[in-house]
Amino acid sequence: MVELLISGLTAPYVMMTIKMKKGSPHADKIFKYVSIGAATYVLAIIALIVFNLGSGSAQVWQQEGISFLTGSDWNSVEGRESYGAAPYIMGTLVNAGIAMAIAIPLSFGIAMFLSELSPRLLRTPLAMVIELLAAVPSVVYGLWGLLVFRSYIRDWIEVPLHNVFGDNSIIFAGTPFGLDILTASIVLAIMIIPTIASISKEIMLAVPNSQREAAYMLGATKWEAFRLAVLPYSKSGLIGASILGLGRAVGETMAVTMLIGNATGSAAFPSSLFQPGQTMASIMANEFAEASQGGLHLAALVGIGLILFMMAFAINVVAHLLVAKVVKSHEGAVLA
Amino acid sequence: MITPEQRAEFRTHFRYNVGRRLLLDKIVKGTVFLCVIVAIVPLVAILVNVFTNGSSALSWEFLTQIPGAVGSDDPGGIGPAIQGTIVLIGLSSLIGVPLGIMGGIFLSECGNNRYGRIVRFFNDVLAEFPTIVIGVFTFVLVVLTVGNFSVWAGSFALSIVMLPIIMRTTEESLKLVPVTYREAGYALGIRRYRVVFTIVLSSAKNGLVTGILLSVARIAGETAPLVFTILGSSQFINGLDGPIDALPLRIWRLSSLPYDSAVTQGWGAAFVLIILVLSINIGVRYLFLRKKEKTFLKFKRLGTVS
Repeated sequence: MVELLISGLTAPYVMMTIKMKKGSPHADKIFKYVSIGAATYVLAIIALIVFNLGSGSAQVWQQEGISFLTGSDWNSVEGRESYGAAPYIMGTLVNAGIAMAIAIPLSFGIAMFLSELSPRLLRTPLAMVIELLAAVPSVVYGLWGLLVFRSYIRDWIEVPLHNVFGDNSIIFAGTPFGLDILTASIVLAIMIIPTIASISKEIMLAVPNSQREAAYMLGATKWEAFRLAVLPYSKSGLIGASILGLGRAVGETMAVTMLIGNATGSAAFPSSLFQPGQTMASIMANEFAEASQGGLHLAALVGIGLILFMMAFAINVVAHLLVAKVVKSHEGAVLA
Repeated sequence: MITPEQRAEFRTHFRYNVGRRLLLDKIVKGTVFLCVIVAIVPLVAILVNVFTNGSSALSWEFLTQIPGAVGSDDPGGIGPAIQGTIVLIGLSSLIGVPLGIMGGIFLSECGNNRYGRIVRFFNDVLAEFPTIVIGVFTFVLVVLTVGNFSVWAGSFALSIVMLPIIMRTTEESLKLVPVTYREAGYALGIRRYRVVFTIVLSSAKNGLVTGILLSVARIAGETAPLVFTILGSSQFINGLDGPIDALPLRIWRLSSLPYDSAVTQGWGAAFVLIILVLSINIGVRYLFLRKKEKTFLKFKRLGTVS
């Protein structure tokens, strides 16, 4: 009797707990749709970015047409408004190009040292320092460049070069001032070295050791093993890592804005290393506060944002396709 | 038959060849070492400069006061900037963390199809986007529509920056949880969402916290999206639909002022920011990555993870 009572009392409770443990039958569907929704949010954001930048800059595309891409006028005086983004596109490309030329050899050197040559004791701390430096905010790099690095580069590099080559040489013309394309590019290179180096290191470490051992067995030196076994295996990944660095260099704003000197109009066409220039990102950050809402000036800045978006998007897509070929860490899901 | 003369000739050839190769090897090693030195020096110089210049600016007043009038004798402090950064981090985590974790769950648990691959790819692309583009986008979408700069706009922009990072780390750490854990749950008749929330997420806890903290460290230093969304101010926060200040934004503004006190304050603010970012990064590495690696290795030894 008592047992019956107990089982009668506990049975519903047990059933209930089982139900609770199993969960309600609809919850699974809800869970699935919520998670799909969260994933779709990413795609929606990208679509919204394209749409919003397009609609925000429609005014300037109507007014200027294709000359917004090719023109070099930049005049925000009312009544004489005229906008052309060509100097800033060129400035971005030159700035990022110089930075890449400095950063790529150095970061490949670091990656090779970390993956092939470094003693085990040094490897972890050095890799950690490099990764921490990738986390330092860009505005801090900019502040350092402005307050410390600028005077060093002016006195030690720019003035001697200018004295040797003078105004007649094209790329060293102009009075060295410290706030110019060269300074911005070097600081930019310092900023992207950690990114490229740590990705390249991962890619080189992903090369199977048997490849290296085969080379060593044939009597190869370290460099020969690297050149014959590691490099061919990781080539596309290294290219991808550099392009990822390029994507970062193109979009980098704060440090460049603080250091590049901020020329506008046709004066911003990069001609000499010692001239102030302007990139797409820096002109947006600089002139944004002056642009009135709803005006053509603002539309022009948003239009530059659209061009920068397209550029960065293309660079990143290419880079990810190349990196994903080598480092297949994100392939497929756990369960179907 | 090899004559002694031929043997001697071979030997000189061999010596020359090996000597050349070893020399090249030494040259390359030297160059690589030089690369490391050249790259490390400025990187370490930044940290040293910020620490030496910044620590002298620190004081209780500096951390809590509002900034003084431009060019006046009393430079004031960066109180509103610190407060603003904390508020922004909180609000953007409120938007970004749930979305990021749900998205990561989708990629790891149901993402083994065409749609999953598309989302994964675009998520990776979004993670590397120029943040200034996200700032301009938020400006057009939120600030122009609502009509004023606001904390919400800033948090929305920062949540877009942090979302892909959280999604990726969530996915990666959920994948480290062995399939057998999930199958044990299914064998008990537990529904899928409960398996994910109670078993998988709690096993991957460390990875999730790591991802969230790393993304917080990332957005703490973002300046470009904030220029377009919160505008900056020199007062403490009053209401979520008004402009506020943030540390990176304050550093930028201070750097353009030609006063000595502004320079000192800029270094101080950079010091506070760098301490915040680096302590999160180092802390995460020490607390969580070690443990995660250990558990991962344990599973590897058991043969459950390939």
